Amino acid sequence: MHLAYTPEQQAFRAQVRAWLQRHVPAAPLEHYDATRAGFEAHRAWEATLKSGDWGMVTWPVEYGGRGLDLIQWLIFEEEYYRAGAPGRVNQNGIFLLGPTLMEFGTHEQKQRFLPPMASGAEIWAQAWSEPQAGSDLAGVRATARRDGDEYVLNGHKIWSSRAAFADWAFGLFREPGSERHKGMSLIFFQLDQPGVTRNPIRKINGHVGFAEILLEDVRVPVFNRLGDEGQGWHICMATAGFERGLMLRSPARYQVAAAALAALWLDHKQRKDGESWADPALEADVIRAHVNADAYALSIYQTASRLIAGAKIGPEASTNKIFWSEMDIHLHQTALAIMGPAAELLVPAGAHDWLDDYIFALAGPIYAGSNEIQRNIIAERMLGLPR
Amino acid sequence: MDFTLSEEQMMFAQTARTLLTDRCGPDHWRAMMHQGTAFDAARWAAIVDTGLAALIVPEHAGGMGLTELDFALIAIEAGYAALPEPLAESAGIAVPMLASLAPDHPLLADPATIVAMAPAINPVVASADVAQAILVERDGHALLVPREHAILTPVPTIDPLRRVFHLEWRKAYDLGVADWALARDRGALFAAAQGLGLAQRCVDLAVAYAKDRTQFGKPIGSYQAVKHHLASAQVAIEFARPVVLAAAADCPARDIYAAARVSEAKLVALAAADTAARAAIQVHGAMGYSWEVDVHLFLKRALALTHAWGTPHFHRSRVAARVFKRPTGPDTTFAREGHDA
Repeated sequence: MHLAYTPEQQAFRAQVRAWLQRHVPAAPLEHYDATRAGFEAHRAWEATLKSGDWGMVTWPVEYGGRGLDLIQWLIFEEEYYRAGAPGRVNQNGIFLLGPTLMEFGTHEQKQRFLPPMASGAEIWAQAWSEPQAGSDLAGVRATARRDGDEYVLNGHKIWSSRAAFADWAFGLFREPGSERHKGMSLIFFQLDQPGVTRNPIRKINGHVGFAEILLEDVRVPVFNRLGDEGQGWHICMATAGFERGLMLRSPARYQVAAAALAALWLDHKQRKDGESWADPALEADVIRAHVNADAYALSIYQTASRLIAGAKIGPEASTNKIFWSEMDIHLHQTALAIMGPAAELLVPAGAHDWLDDYIFALAGPIYAGSNEIQRNIIAERMLGLPR
Repeated sequence: MDFTLSEEQMMFAQTARTLLTDRCGPDHWRAMMHQGTAFDAARWAAIVDTGLAALIVPEHAGGMGLTELDFALIAIEAGYAALPEPLAESAGIAVPMLASLAPDHPLLADPATIVAMAPAINPVVASADVAQAILVERDGHALLVPREHAILTPVPTIDPLRRVFHLEWRKAYDLGVADWALARDRGALFAAAQGLGLAQRCVDLAVAYAKDRTQFGKPIGSYQAVKHHLASAQVAIEFARPVVLAAAADCPARDIYAAARVSEAKLVALAAADTAARAAIQVHGAMGYSWEVDVHLFLKRALALTHAWGTPHFHRSRVAARVFKRPTGPDTTFAREGHDA
């Protein structure tokens, strides 16, 4: 164990920091889920990132990446959040589908899909859930009927993040007549192609963050299937491992928020603002938020080191998802408690929006597999309890 | 940057796990409680023979001169076995302190020597009855009180495998100014490590019971309400472990960042122990509330270690000193005084 950066890693941090200082927009962009304009502004930012070769640093150079290791990825993420750079509008693509494509895709599929993913030219949504298949994902009913060199897709997908404005979706479909975990395939389709209807769904904060997708005889080439026919469940579980394990929520996000929380607390204490500044229980919560963020960061460094040493992500990925989602809610609840009666007030654009971040945090225990499902996974696959 | 343990470290930990679970399991706990003792001389001799007591004693005093990280891995296993003998306090803190103050002290000639610790931060002295001497903190100095000059008044405690005392003495030897800050850090760190081990044992005991115990025609471990208690405890353990390991690795740096990390480890590991112990009792049901099963030993040890070597309030204050007086944020995870990350 050696918990210090090498000179090369420090130089890399300086390089990332310098580039971000020159390129991160001075004013925050409109949220990518709020309007088409906000979405496109984020796509333009992805192109700027790609122009500096920062699209997806861990991918091989031939697929639009830099071929860096996971410690360098963590350093990049730390600088990215520290600089207050825009949220990654293509996170479903680069953090979920990308690693899955890397593992299960053919060379031709990687060449076709990864570079435009890394540059933001093609932005992805995930189309797994259905009205009758949420936590019980093996209950999906949408079908993919093979017709020569094509699939014909039919069905109803829902809760699909980014789908209101995205270009592509990766969906879970089954062979007509197949049941449960068998006969499923992971298939890509374009969200503006004939037969696809998308209806935006308004989130709790008023944004159109997700959509339902209706598919009627949507034809896609067999080339758009990832992995073997019928291997969809297996591939989805691998994607879910990436989702929960390492990529989706990097620790820097929470470390930045915990630091902002400490600053918020000190500011209220100095100004003796309201009544909450005198509450020692709140200071204990501010400290707890820091400790949680530190614990999460250390855990991810530990995981990254193990993966570099050749280990694979296992069911312990489910512990990550529970930890960050619950830590995020605690952190933002603490911020609102410090703000007191001001907590309910909407803030002007550009100000630190603790309230909106709190509302977003409430989704954490639900998406990417509800925390109830994660606890089942931990109990059954880590602890060995019976199903 | 490398957050992995070496082969040798994992091998040491495995050796400790095997030795301590073989020699300190349910039958041993019960026999000791029946006999009213909290020390097994044969087990202590076996621990000493394996070299576990010499790990972080300096080489010039006959030890192996290894690091806090190496010893923390052993302390985790001591917690996992609810070990009554003072391996962590004597071999992890007191004997190294004696070796640094008086490298030629005759007590160091015997690797089986037990020295108890009486730092100002602890109101009672643990395991003083089985020690050959006690190191007492007095105005920054260390006083060595040989056992024969100590007057020990037992203080009843709820942990049946732990003995604590009020200490007075007829005669003491002043060994000069001692590094009590190091002793406190090691004390907190090894308490955290033991907390981590006993948390995992609570989960393991409860998982075994939940697979075996049947209600409504099914093992209770198949019910989600039971699963979720244990999954939550395991989450707490998974996120305490890297903090304990990082705190152990940071310890030698002796700066405000290391002090805060050690305090974080104490907070999260003992919180995990509390969560796991209470989950284990709940999963065992009425059995868990009895002496029929062993989880109560872990609940009691967790309670003692939560407040030994600094209360949660003390350790939160040390984290606060770092959070409010030094830069925070994602580039400071591995910050050191006088350096950037």
